[in-house]
Amino acid sequence: MTASIPLSAQLINLFASVILLLAFAMLAQRRMLPLINLFAYQGLALCMSTLVVAVTTGQHHLYWSAGLTLLLKALLLPWILHRLVRKLHVRFDVESLINIPTTMLVGIVLVMVSFNVALPISQLSSTVSRGTLGIALATVMLAFLMMITRTKAIPQVVGFLAMENGLFLAATSATYGMPMVVELGIALDVLVGAIILGVFFFQIRDQFDSLDIRHMEKLKDG
Amino acid sequence: MNIFGLVGQIFAIALALFLAPLLTGWVNQCRAWFQNRSAPPLMQPYYTLHKLFLKDVVLAHGASPLFRFAPFVVFGCMILACAIVPTLSTDLPFAPAADMLALVGVFGLARIFISLAAMDIGTSFGSLGGRREMLVGFLAEPALLMVIFTTALICQSTSVATIVETLAHRDFIIYPSLAFAGIAFSFVSLAENARVPVDNPATHLELTMIHEAMILEYSGRHLALVEWAASLKLYAYSCLGLALFMPWGIASGASILGLAAALPILMAKLAVGGFLLAGIESVNAKLRIFRAPEFLGTAFLLAVLGLLVRLLLETRV
Repeated sequence: MTASIPLSAQLINLFASVILLLAFAMLAQRRMLPLINLFAYQGLALCMSTLVVAVTTGQHHLYWSAGLTLLLKALLLPWILHRLVRKLHVRFDVESLINIPTTMLVGIVLVMVSFNVALPISQLSSTVSRGTLGIALATVMLAFLMMITRTKAIPQVVGFLAMENGLFLAATSATYGMPMVVELGIALDVLVGAIILGVFFFQIRDQFDSLDIRHMEKLKDG
Repeated sequence: MNIFGLVGQIFAIALALFLAPLLTGWVNQCRAWFQNRSAPPLMQPYYTLHKLFLKDVVLAHGASPLFRFAPFVVFGCMILACAIVPTLSTDLPFAPAADMLALVGVFGLARIFISLAAMDIGTSFGSLGGRREMLVGFLAEPALLMVIFTTALICQSTSVATIVETLAHRDFIIYPSLAFAGIAFSFVSLAENARVPVDNPATHLELTMIHEAMILEYSGRHLALVEWAASLKLYAYSCLGLALFMPWGIASGASILGLAAALPILMAKLAVGGFLLAGIESVNAKLRIFRAPEFLGTAFLLAVLGLLVRLLLETRV
């Protein structure tokens, strides 16, 4: 029963649950700036959970990835996004294709599916944090859902970044992290991706006078 | 059933009857401080009850017996709820009378009667309030049930006393699911007790009120009973929340010493809880009535998440 779970695993579970909660909060958020803040908190929770795994298992490269997570996902990327929102003057409400309560219900179904899918996989793994695999999968799915249901460009990018958070959590929980080179590569990819998407925002706005990506469906050839 | 447990039980009910208006008075006082008004005296709810009990009852011409009967039913339901919820000790002889699910049913019964009574007179405000109350109620109930299922899964029992007993005397384990359930429970309590994000207990603006709209036609001792029942409901919800999510200090057996130690702890916890409630009410704006389903939907979502997290993380297959 539950009494056999060590304290470190309890802490990891706690942080994983916080990440899941924040994923739902992002799904429910109607405004741009709080959405970015929630993303920053999610990065912070991810950093904490990685740190706990690092301390428990004594894997040195996990300290690096925890630090990298803190630097990139909790500080740098939210700062870039904040700056973008300010420069683009898009503090308006986030628009969603499906209304928010329905999105949340779909989210719950996604969580159930991913928990069920992850359960047999996590039993193969022998790490302390294997239980969080389902949560990581659910976070990825919720981020997907956010990218699908939002019409504005910035929430979609936040969804993309949150998906990366979920992947990272899956990597730490199932295998104690990927090799350092891969992790560095992904982190830089995400950073570069965010910057390029930032440039795209300006292009989209210049072209359509709006960040609503529905305008992009009306592309004409020549 | 030993005589000690019985005495403890009766003491708990008497304490609930006495403390409930005090808790309401304390919340009102704190809210006045938060909002920079001069606070009403702490004893104000007692004065109001005293005044109302002395007054004559004015009944509308169309009132059916149900209208006169309802305050007593509601009051009785709330006393039963207060008797089941462990406040000082988990050794409650009345506890087998109803488990957690029945407790939700008791609250539901009270809600149905007060709503029927509100519609009984036939004024537009009454039926408006009754319908809104049922809207809030039918959304809050599943969330509350999910919270209860989470705690019941942890403790392998649906009896309130057993659950609190298990939670209070366990080893220290972090349950993320309990945290989810705790947040969901506080959302539900705010909605069920007609507190600010859903309803404003201080308002008499017809378009926004729910609870007040239902009891507009009541007067005299009927109104006193309804008001007292509302205080008791707040007290029962607070005690249930405290017992489930911070149960430390509740006595397990019936002993004078245990009860004497549990009483100040309970008072302190209620005081802090009331202070926080007043804070929540002061920093939040009242939601539009059509946003209430979203608020309670969030509570339901959190409770379901708690249940799922419990199943995924905290069981070893």
